[in-house]
Order: sequence, then structure tokens, then C-alpha cells
Amino acid sequence: MFADLKALARGLWTTLRHLRRPKNTELYPEQKRPVSERFRGRHRLYRYDNGLERCIGCHLCAGACPSQAILVIAAENDPGKPVSFGERYAKQFEVNMIRCIFCGFCEEACPVEAIRLGPEYELADETRESFVYTKEMLLDPERYAPKRQFHADVDAPRGRAGGRPEDEAGVSGAPPGHRDTPTGARPPVQKEVGQ
Amino acid sequence: MNDFTISLARSLIAVALLMTAMPYITWFERRLLSQMQARVGPNRVGLFGLLQPLADGLKLFFKEDVRPAGADRLLFVTAPAMALFAAIATFAVVPIGPTVHVAGADVPMVVADLPVGALYVVGASSLGIYALLFGGWSSGSKYSLLGALRAAAQVVSYELLLGMAIVCVVLIHGSMSIGDIVAGQQRTAWTIWMQPIAFVLYLIAACAETNRAPFDLPEAETELVAGYLTEYSGMRFALFFIAEYINMFTVSALAATLFLGGWSGPFWPGPHWLLLKILLFLFLFVWVRATLPRLRYDQLMRLSWSTLIPLAMLNVAITAVVIVALG
Repeated sequence: MFADLKALARGLWTTLRHLRRPKNTELYPEQKRPVSERFRGRHRLYRYDNGLERCIGCHLCAGACPSQAILVIAAENDPGKPVSFGERYAKQFEVNMIRCIFCGFCEEACPVEAIRLGPEYELADETRESFVYTKEMLLDPERYAPKRQFHADVDAPRGRAGGRPEDEAGVSGAPPGHRDTPTGARPPVQKEVGQ
Repeated sequence: MNDFTISLARSLIAVALLMTAMPYITWFERRLLSQMQARVGPNRVGLFGLLQPLADGLKLFFKEDVRPAGADRLLFVTAPAMALFAAIATFAVVPIGPTVHVAGADVPMVVADLPVGALYVVGASSLGIYALLFGGWSSGSKYSLLGALRAAAQVVSYELLLGMAIVCVVLIHGSMSIGDIVAGQQRTAWTIWMQPIAFVLYLIAACAETNRAPFDLPEAETELVAGYLTEYSGMRFALFFIAEYINMFTVSALAATLFLGGWSGPFWPGPHWLLLKILLFLFLFVWVRATLPRLRYDQLMRLSWSTLIPLAMLNVAITAVVIVALG
């Protein structure tokens, strides 16, 4: 019986001590956890440094998309005033965020690193129409996407797709700052091919 | 102002007090419990979540009132009201402060200082068990019935303990009137110094009486869905819920009154001392809930019948002998 009382007292002491313990709760809307470098949130479309859109309207992302969330309608570039590097550009580019399953196949399929999944995850909205993200919203989300999707702590700039149009020749090699080698992550293992 | 008006006013004030205290007990419990579990607790509605009980109440008010097809209509409707009635009625004999002088009349700050107050407490608190039984039986559901049966067995076992703990207090002060018991403690000392065992027994019995952890077998949400509450929803559920928390408040107030001198204190006697002591007991209840797991049914019965009740009987016998010996 004495041992029981001792156990009881120890239990009570444990819970009492927890009053002063730091809490595990994350006060979500006010405090947001930084997401992983490899987090797949809302898409972004990227430009080259000279302002040309990277997207060449090739439909590969739309073809790779398992849930058919991407619509691409391509048009010929005007040689005098090109929108993108190459012959064609995406006249219309839409991602339906209700359909999207954030698998990242589109960014894998893209030959010019034009589309990436970003860190933004607060995509809830009220109408179906508002989930169809247009090219403007994807290219320039800071200006056109809903304001609530941006938070200083979560949305820290991450490896922007840099490079110049001239790099197009070597698309197999990732442009500098690509997320294949995220900061802090293990560098990719160099495989020795043949002898 | 005639006596009737004064009595009515006192009753209304007591009911208002209980109904105001109750939401904040739920808030207090949820906040404190979460702190002990490394959580934050409700903090969204109002400052520190203080308006959370209001939001909960509103939500329950607008919920659908479901009545099972197999339910006994009369009893199903009566049971929650009865639970609340029993909970509020018990508080009637608890004095919350010294007699005050209002509008040319001496008004005692108690609804009714019955000469058999201690007996009334035991009676009124066991009235609540009928509400649980009726609720469980009339729902026409096996979980409700099992919960009600457990509740009946548990409360019968612990009612006895509660009674015997109170008997010791009554023996010491030589009166069943709660007012006399408070006055007696002011003259001599708090009952807890003379009856520490009865105090501990009372606390354990009070935990079991109010169906709180570790004695929450009647509700036992992890085993019995919610025991006798299973089929209740909306405001009827809320009535049971309110009754439970008012019971908690009342047994805390009684513990403070019977063992810690009630509203009296080292200086400025008044309701604030009672409130402070009640808060102490509420803290204890929540603390125990955060610490102890629910007892198994056989453990509950063995604890009562083979440990606590013999101890209580012995305590009553020794107290009686000592009082007679001392004259």
C-alpha cells in the first residue's frame, strides 16, 4: 500500500511538472512551420533572367499529369517580339488546383525547367472557378495569386530557376540553383558509368 | 420586502451563481488539463479562449435533438432535467458568506440553512443517480444501459463512503446544520486538522460521486461510447453536462465548507475565501484527472468495499469513542 501511495505521488508530481513544460502545440495560423526544400505545393512558372518565359508550350507536362489538371494551348512566337525562347510559347496555361494531386510529374516532364512546385500550401478557396490558376498567377504569384498564400517565414526564396536562353542547349544538366541539390541536403551521388 | 421575496432572491442568486460558474469550470478544466498534457487548450474564442464555453453552449443549442425510436419518451425527457435539478438543489445548503444586512433585514448568504443540512446533502446528491439511471434505461440502447448500471453500482458503493465521511464531521461539531458546522470551525479549528482521514475519504467519494476520472466508469467514453449519455444530443446532452460540472462545483464547495472552514478565513471573511478553496479543489480534480487512468470495474468495487468503507467505519467508530471519552 505504501508503494502504491508513492506511485500515486510520483504520478501527480509528473503531471504537475508538465505545467511548466514548453507546449508542443503549434499555433498554426499565426506560426507556420517552414516546409521542406522538397515540399510540393502550388506550381510556379519561371522566366529566364532576360524576361523570356521558359515555357515553350510543348504539352509534356499536360501529358505527364495523371489527373489531367494542366491545360496548355500553344501559339507561334512572333520573331520580332518573342514571349519565350524557341518557336512556340504557351498562349494559355492553366492548372486546375482541384484536380492537381501535387505529384510533381509536371516538373519532371518539363524539358526547360519552366514549371516547379513551390512551397505554398494554403490553397483553400470558396468557388471552383477560383481554383483554376491562370498563367499570370503561376508566373507572377506574388502579384496575382491570393494574398494569403504568402508568408515571410514559409515563403523564403528558394533556388530560383536561373540561367540564360543559351543554356537551352544543355537542358539535361540542371541549371544553377536547381532543387535537385537543395541546400543542406546530401549532394547527388556521382555514379561511375562503365569503365 | 417580505420573507418570500428574500428567499426567492437567494434561490435565484444561487442558481445564477452556479450557471455562471459552470461554463468557466469547463474552461478552467480544459485549459489546465491541456497545460498538463503539453498542449495549449482552447485559445481561439476571446481572450485566452474565455468565450469558448459560450461558443460551445451556442453550438449545443442549435444542434439537432435526437430521440431514439426505442426510447421511453417521458423518462428520456425527464432524466436530464432531473440531473440538473439534483445538481443545483444540493448547493442550496452551502453558505457562501456571513449574514449580511440588506434593506433593513438580516439576510444569511445561503438558500436554506436546514437543521439537517448534512443529511439533505447526501439525499440530494443521490437523487442525481436516478437521473443517470433513468437516462440510461430509457434510451433503449445497450451502451446507455451498461453505463447506467455501472453508475448505479458505483454510486451506491461510494455514497456510503461519502455519508460516513460526513458523519465524522457531524459528530465533531455536534450538528447537522451546515451553518453550525462553519460556525464550529470558526470557534475551534478547521475540521481537516481533526479528521484528515475523513477528508481524504470525502475527496475520493466526491470524485466517484461526480463520475470524474479515475472513477468515470459510467461515462467511460473509451469503452462505452459515452455510457448513459450515448443517445443524448443537443440541449439534453448539455443539461447532463452542466449537471456534471455543477456537481463538481458543489462537492468542492462542500469539501471547503465541511473541512476547510467554508467562507471563513484568517482575515476579511466572505465569499472570496470559499471561492479560493473551491478553486483549490477544482484544481485537484483536474490534476487527478490528468494523472490517473480509469479504474477497472473490479478495482473500483474492491477499493470501495474492502478498503475504504472498512477504513471509514473504523474512523467513525474511533471518532465516536473519542468524543464520548472527552465528554
